[in-house]
Amino acid sequence: MSELHLPWLELSVLLPLVGAVCVSLLKNRDRARMVCTILCAITLALTIGEWFDFAMLGSFEAHDHWDLFQTIFHRDVFVVDELSAPLLPLGALLYLATVMTTLRTKSHRFSFHWTLVSESILLATLACRHPWLIIALLAIATIPPWWELRQRKQCTRVYVIHMTLFVALLVVGQALADWATTSALFSIIAGGLLTAGALLRSGVCPLHCWMTDLFEKATFGTALLFVTPMTGVYAVMRLVFPIAPSWALQSIAILSLVTAVYAAGMALVQRDSRRFFCYLFLSHSSLVLVGLEMATPIGLAGALCVWLSVGISLLGFGLALRSVEARTGRITLDTFHGLYEHTPFLAAMFLLTGLASIGFPGTVGFIGTELLVEGAVEIYPLVGLAVVVAAAMNGVAVVKAYFHVFTGTRHSSTVKMDCRPAERITILVMVVLIVGGGLNPQPGVQSRYHAARALLEHRSVEQPNSSDQTDRTLSPQTARTSDKSNRKWKR
Amino acid sequence: MTLDSVMGVLGIIVVLSPALLLAALGLPLLCGCKLSEGVQARLTKASVGIGLLASVAILTSMLVTGVRHVPIELGNWVAIEPEHFHFHLKFVFDRLSVPFAILSFVLCGTVGAFASVYLHREQGYARFFLLYALFLLGMIVSSLAGTIETLFFGWELVGLSSALLVAYFHERPGPVRNGQRVWTTYRLADAAFLVAALTMHHLTGAGDFEKLVGSGAWPDGVAEINSWSALAVGVLLLLAAAGKSGMVPFSGWLPRAMEGPTPSSAVFYGALSVHLGTYLLLRVSPLLDVSLPLRIIVIVLGLVSAVMGTLASRVQSDVKNALAFASLIQVGIITVEIGLGLRYIALIHMIGHACLRTLQLLRAPSVLKDYQMLEDAVGEHLAGDAVNTARTATGFQLWLYRFALHRGFLDAFLDDWIVRPFTAVFRWCDGMERRWTNLLSGGPSRESDRVSPYSDSLEDVA
Repeated sequence: MSELHLPWLELSVLLPLVGAVCVSLLKNRDRARMVCTILCAITLALTIGEWFDFAMLGSFEAHDHWDLFQTIFHRDVFVVDELSAPLLPLGALLYLATVMTTLRTKSHRFSFHWTLVSESILLATLACRHPWLIIALLAIATIPPWWELRQRKQCTRVYVIHMTLFVALLVVGQALADWATTSALFSIIAGGLLTAGALLRSGVCPLHCWMTDLFEKATFGTALLFVTPMTGVYAVMRLVFPIAPSWALQSIAILSLVTAVYAAGMALVQRDSRRFFCYLFLSHSSLVLVGLEMATPIGLAGALCVWLSVGISLLGFGLALRSVEARTGRITLDTFHGLYEHTPFLAAMFLLTGLASIGFPGTVGFIGTELLVEGAVEIYPLVGLAVVVAAAMNGVAVVKAYFHVFTGTRHSSTVKMDCRPAERITILVMVVLIVGGGLNPQPGVQSRYHAARALLEHRSVEQPNSSDQTDRTLSPQTARTSDKSNRKWKR
Repeated sequence: MTLDSVMGVLGIIVVLSPALLLAALGLPLLCGCKLSEGVQARLTKASVGIGLLASVAILTSMLVTGVRHVPIELGNWVAIEPEHFHFHLKFVFDRLSVPFAILSFVLCGTVGAFASVYLHREQGYARFFLLYALFLLGMIVSSLAGTIETLFFGWELVGLSSALLVAYFHERPGPVRNGQRVWTTYRLADAAFLVAALTMHHLTGAGDFEKLVGSGAWPDGVAEINSWSALAVGVLLLLAAAGKSGMVPFSGWLPRAMEGPTPSSAVFYGALSVHLGTYLLLRVSPLLDVSLPLRIIVIVLGLVSAVMGTLASRVQSDVKNALAFASLIQVGIITVEIGLGLRYIALIHMIGHACLRTLQLLRAPSVLKDYQMLEDAVGEHLAGDAVNTARTATGFQLWLYRFALHRGFLDAFLDDWIVRPFTAVFRWCDGMERRWTNLLSGGPSRESDRVSPYSDSLEDVA
C-alpha cells in the first residue's frame, strides 16, 4: 500500500483529542473558544495536507508515514482512499466553521471540548476501513449528543431508542456476517441488518424521527455537527456497498428515494426553522444514497459529487440559520421576520447556500445533481423523475424559508445585528467554495469519477461472481437477468 | 485574423459582458463595499453597450457574409470521456438567437437607464441592479444557448432573478407572497424542462440542439427523432414554456408579478421574461413538424391563453395588470403562430410586442400622474368619464364577467386541487410524526411548540 509523506491521519485524529483535554481544563469560555478555533484550523490544515499528499501519490489508497498503529497492532488502522480523501477536509471544515461562527452569547451552551472529541471521532471514522472499528467509532460518536441532551435536561428517549437500535443492528449484523460466512441465509440476514442499521443512522423514512427530535432538543451546532458529515452514508459505503447484491442496493435506493421526496414535502410544510433544515438535509442526504445505490459510474460519481456539494452547501445553510438564531432566538416559518436590512450578509449566504444545495446553475451542486439525475435516468427513468420532483420541492422550500426569515416585514432592533468578522470570513470561504466549485467543476468531477470507478472495481472484487454493476451499466434488462442468479450476500 | 476567430471573439464578448457585470456588482457587495449609484449605473451602461455592439457586429458580419449559423464552441465545461458524458458549452448565433440577444440588450439597456433614475435613492437600488445583471446574463445565455443544458442554465437564472424582483419591495408581505408564487410556478416549469432535457439525452444521446432539431440553420432544421419521441419531449418543453410565459394554466402569476417596481415589470414580465417560453418553442420548432398532435396542443394552448388574456384584461382596474394580461394575449397569439409554422412572423411579432410593451409599462405610472396633473390644472375631470347607461346583462354575460374578474378561477383551481391537498397530506404526516415521537418520549416531544420567536434577548448579542 502506498505511504503518505507524513502521518497526516494520525495527527488529525489525535490533535483534537489532546486539544479536547486542554480545552476542558480552561475555565474562561472565550479562551476555550479561541483555543478550539485554533485547534480546528490546524486540524483542517492537516487534513488538507493529507488530501494533497494523497492526490500526489496517484494511488487508490494510502496509509500514514511512521504509522504508529501499524507498528503496534501490525495492521493498517487509518487508511485513506479516493472516497475518504476529500471527506476528511470537509469534516474538518465543518467543525472549524461551526466553532468560528459560535457567537460569544452561545458559547456557554456549546461545549467546545465535546466538539473536539466529536471531531476526533469523525475523522477517525472517515479514515478507517475496518468494519468493526467503523461500527465502534459510529457507536462512540452517539455519546456526545446524548451527553448534551442530558446536560440540557431534555428527554433523550427518542434519541436513545434509535441509536441503541442502530448500534445493535450493526453489531449483530457484523457478528452474523463474520460468523456465518458459508450460510447463504445468515449472510442475507447479516446484510439486511447492516443495511437497516446504516439506513437508520442516515435517517431513512420511517426511521428518521430521531433526527428531527435531535434538532428540536440539542443545540443547533451539535445537531448540525452530528448529521451533516453523513456518517450513515459512509457506513453504507463501507459496510454495505462492497458486499450487497443489486437487489439490496435497489431496495436502499427506493427507500432513499421515498425519503427524498417525503422529506422535501415535509420541508415545505414545517413551521419551525430547525425542523425545516432537518428535512431539507434528509432529502439531500437521501438523494446521495439514491445515487450511490445506482452502482453505475455516472450515478456513483454524481452521488459522490453531491455528497461533497451538499456537505458544503448545507453546512453553510445551517450556519446561516444558526447565526440568525443566535441573534433572534428560534425562528418560526409561519410568519415573516424581515431581517434582511439588519443582516444582508447572512441573507445572501442563506440564499446562496440554499440554492447551491438544490444544484442551482453556477454553484457547486449543479453538475453533481446533473450527473446524479443522468445516472438515475440511465437505469430507471422514473427514479430520475422523482429526483427532479424532490429537487423542485426543495427549491421551493429554500426560497420560501428565505422569504419568511429575511423579508415580508421590517424588523426593528435595538442592537446592531451585523455579521461578526469570524462569520464574515466563514461566509466568504463558503462563497469561494460554492461558486468556485460551480464555475470550475471538472477537477472535482474527475476525482469523484475516479473514486466511483475504484469503488465499483472494489465491489466487483468483493463479489467475484457478480458482474451486476457492469451489466447494469450496459442495460437495465441485462441487469435484471443477472440479479436472478445473484441473490446472495457474499463476503 | 479569420472571420471565424473574429466571430468567436465577438461571441465571447457578448456572453462575458453580462457575466462581468454580475461579478462587478456582486463581488463588492459580498466584500462589504458599497458602490455608488453612479458607478453601478455606469457599469451597467458599459456592459450593456459593449454586449449590444458586439451582437450588432456579429449580425452585420452575418448579413455581409451571408453566414446564417455561427456556432461558438467553448469546449467541455465538464467531461467524463469513458462514460461519454459531456457538459458542452456551446453558443449559437443564428437568425433566431441574434435578434433575441439584441432585443435583450436593447430592452435591458432601456430599462437600466430608466431604473437608474426611477430608483434613485431607493434602499434596494444595489439589489435591483444585481438582480438585473443576473437576469441579463440569464437572458443572454438562454438566447444563445446551443445545448439544452446551457439553455437550462440561463433559464434558471432568469427564473430566480424574476422571482426575487417580484418580491423587490420586501418589507411588505404582499410582494413576497407573490414572489413565492412566481418561484413555485417557475420551479414546476423548471422540473418539466429538466425532465425534457433528460428525455432528450436519452433519445439522442446528447444535449446539443442539433441532435434534436437537425443540423440545418434555424428555421430549416429537420428533427431527427420519431413523432412519439417528439411529442413526449415537446409536451414537456411546452409545459416549461407555459410556466415561463404565464400561459394557461399558469397565468395567475402574471398580475402578481406586477408587484415589482415598474422597470422590472417592464422588462421581465411585459417584455423579455414572458417571451422566453415562446423563444424556447421557436428554438425547438422543428419538433412540431414531426408531430401533428404536438402542433395541435401548441395551437390550442396558445388560443386558450389568448382568449383568457382577452377576457381578463378587459376587467382589470389596474393599468399594470391590464398590460400584463394584454401581454398574455400576444404571447398566446405568438404561440398559435409557432404552432401554425409561421416562425418568422412569430419572431417579428415577439420583437415588436416586447418593444411596445416595455415602453407602455415604463410609461404607465407616469401617464396616470400626468392625467391627474392635467385634471388638477383644468380643475375638473377631463372628458370621457360619461358613464354608460345601465344594460341588463344575461346570465352568461354575468358568468363571463365573474370568470374574467377571477382570472378564469385558475389560481383558485390550483390552490384547491394541488396546493391544499398537497399541504394537507404532509401536515397529516407531520401530525402522525408528532404522535409517534410523543409516544416514544412519553409526553410532548416538540420543543419548538413552546418556543416563541425572539425568545432570546437581542441585547445578548451586543
